[in-house]
Amino acid sequence: MEEVRNVFRRRKITNTCFFAGMILIFAAASMVTGFHVADGIRSFPAAAEWIVSNLVPDARALGHLPKILDRLTETALLSAAVTVLAAVFAFLFSLLGSDILKIHWAMKRMVRIAAAFFRNVPDVAWAMLLMFSFGQNILTGFFALFFTTFGLLTRAFVETIDEVSSSCVEALEATGAGIFPIVFQGILPSSLPGVLTWVLYMIETNIRSSTLIGILTATGIGYLFDLYYKRLDFSSASLVVLSIVILVLLIEAVSNKIREVIM
Amino acid sequence: MALLEFQKVSKTYDNVTKALTDVTFHLDEGEFVSIIGPSGAGKSTLLRCINRLVDASEGEIFFDGQDVLKAGKKELRRIRTKTGMIFQHYNLVDRMSVIENVLHGCLGRKSTVCGMAGIYKEEEKQEAFEILQEMGLEGQAYKRCDELSGGQKQRVGIARAIMQKPKLILCDEPIASLDPKASKVIMDHLKKINETKKITCLVNLHQVDVAMKYSKRIIGVSAGKIVYDGTPENLTDKVLHEIYQSSTEELITDV
Amino acid sequence: MENVIQRQAVPMELEALMSKNRQGKIKIAPQNKSRTAVKLLIAALVFITAAAFMSFDFQGIDFAGAVSDTLHNIQTVFLEPKLTRDTITGVFYQLFVTFCLGILSTVLGAFFAFFCALLCAGNLAGSFSVHIVKSMVAVVRAVPTVLWVLIFAVSAGLGSVAAVVGLTFHSFAYLTKAYAESIEEVDPGVIEALRAGGAGYWEIVFQAIVPSAITYMVAWTFMRFEINFTNAVAMGAAAGAGGIGFNLFMAGSFYFDLHEMGFLTYVIVIAVVLLEMVSTRVKKKVK
Repeated sequence: MEEVRNVFRRRKITNTCFFAGMILIFAAASMVTGFHVADGIRSFPAAAEWIVSNLVPDARALGHLPKILDRLTETALLSAAVTVLAAVFAFLFSLLGSDILKIHWAMKRMVRIAAAFFRNVPDVAWAMLLMFSFGQNILTGFFALFFTTFGLLTRAFVETIDEVSSSCVEALEATGAGIFPIVFQGILPSSLPGVLTWVLYMIETNIRSSTLIGILTATGIGYLFDLYYKRLDFSSASLVVLSIVILVLLIEAVSNKIREVIM
Repeated sequence: MALLEFQKVSKTYDNVTKALTDVTFHLDEGEFVSIIGPSGAGKSTLLRCINRLVDASEGEIFFDGQDVLKAGKKELRRIRTKTGMIFQHYNLVDRMSVIENVLHGCLGRKSTVCGMAGIYKEEEKQEAFEILQEMGLEGQAYKRCDELSGGQKQRVGIARAIMQKPKLILCDEPIASLDPKASKVIMDHLKKINETKKITCLVNLHQVDVAMKYSKRIIGVSAGKIVYDGTPENLTDKVLHEIYQSSTEELITDV
Repeated sequence: MENVIQRQAVPMELEALMSKNRQGKIKIAPQNKSRTAVKLLIAALVFITAAAFMSFDFQGIDFAGAVSDTLHNIQTVFLEPKLTRDTITGVFYQLFVTFCLGILSTVLGAFFAFFCALLCAGNLAGSFSVHIVKSMVAVVRAVPTVLWVLIFAVSAGLGSVAAVVGLTFHSFAYLTKAYAESIEEVDPGVIEALRAGGAGYWEIVFQAIVPSAITYMVAWTFMRFEINFTNAVAMGAAAGAGGIGFNLFMAGSFYFDLHEMGFLTYVIVIAVVLLEMVSTRVKKKVK
């Protein structure tokens, strides 16, 4: 009994320490950043009011609707095109970086480092860098998204390929098949569903990221939001948010359906 | 002449771990040989040295009159088409149909383009169907492999190996993941192939009783060395003790 | 085609099992709709990509010139990083601020997510509550982080409060989903046993659910922290949230100082890679 009690007491002590530590860290972080919980809570009613009062677009906002839909389509197409192109490159690249083709280890290491570099350089940095040369062009957003997507997908694909196809690659090697038949008959069919799931997910993520990049580089749907927001035309800004939400939810629903079928 | 010959073959991983030490033996055409030994003794490595899924570090290996270790890329592929392989975890492409997996057995003979696109001749498809029939799986041809049971998957694995028209079939723990009933079916199929098609079989097993029942010759491997090579009848408790480095009583309960 | 079939005598019963296409060739693909779906999806994606490039308004940009400029700029940023305006300590302090923004939004998100996950896990909550919470989380997730920050900035003003609250929204949505999945993986026998012993709801939660799911939850939280850190950098740049992201924004869009941008980018990359390494280690330990 004594021992059981000890276990419980120890657990209580660790729990208390954990929560006390969390609160301490939280307080310290609040101090550093100038964040106040009270202000955070206070901002909620106002934000809720903002959302509710602007949820139903007014006449002026509805007048902007064609323009918003135009930019929204552009953003959606941009995200899809970026993701698809990045996925093609990432797949080829990830073949070199995966364990299964037994390519030289230095190559593998290089691929992984390159992928880590591309996905960890913030897309914000890419966007600003590209702004210098491409200006307020759709290609600025395109390349900024491309680099990060490429880095993220390369890592994801390497993991998918290693996980899914190492056993069948061994078997195909043992039949005397060459490298191309192994890729097309073994790796591709077994990893495609996983790869496509990642592509669908990235399309959705890129719609959100492109909003951010749009605000920074004054392009696409992000620019439109920023414009209305700064003019204090909140009803139109809210309509932009609403349209993004609907688009993302739509894409999510469609990709869930697709995922069910292809898995 | 022997079909397969090992001359003082050694394998060290990363220059430290010794998996095989001075392994010398030969196989004649038409034999059915089991390799037994504890896990980690080097059975798997030994098998994989033959088709060079693992490269041996020292020694010489001859298969069908050809020096395996000196073979170039093309010759290696030719050697691999002549050796079928069966795996513990079946190693099928789960998302493809049963018949496609069987047809993978002829990828080694096809041109790169046809192999990539998965274009097969009608005769090859018919042959694949006939092999499936021998395995009792003709009704499952269009199922996806992930819909099959373990025993059925292993039969697809055997069908793929036969499709290669091999001289030698290497079986790496073919029944280790199967229940006793499915195990018997698989071993019976292997025996039948060996007898009717005259394909030499080299089987890694960890069930001593199965090895003694099915093979006329057993090779015992322990710590990377061959410690026994002979008939099942001469495989005494003392020898088994040497192979498994444990007392016989323990071993019998284990079996 | 007739002769192909007649060349070899195939037993009738085997012949009957082969499906043939219109040319009389034997089919080999699995009779399963997933492969067709994969092909259709790929075709659709290729079509959309082509359509996208046709519809874009490139404004007649001098592509070759822009690319060569970009390469030149990339060279400056990544090969000649230099700190010209700020001090090293200043940069690291701002990095620390970003780090703290990440911590705040992760802790807050985790706190709220824990309770919402209880309402959203299939083995604890009713299907009605699961449905409601899941829909709510989906909507919260669909709004880009930067828009949450800007919405809150209307009432709280641009700054750390709006940034933390905005960042919290996304980590809340992400963690609710992740926690709910971890909770659903808890062995139902454990819950049943406690319920049979007459344990109440909170006893079940804290004696059965939390101890069994805590390792997964910790791993998810760590992964989210990594994402929150990156997001905090972006919010610093796009929504004036402070931290190193703001420095990056000033260097890039205000001073046009490529050398400083390079330095800051390297600092961020190294920080994220370190976090990634820690989170991989945590993930491995948990698995």
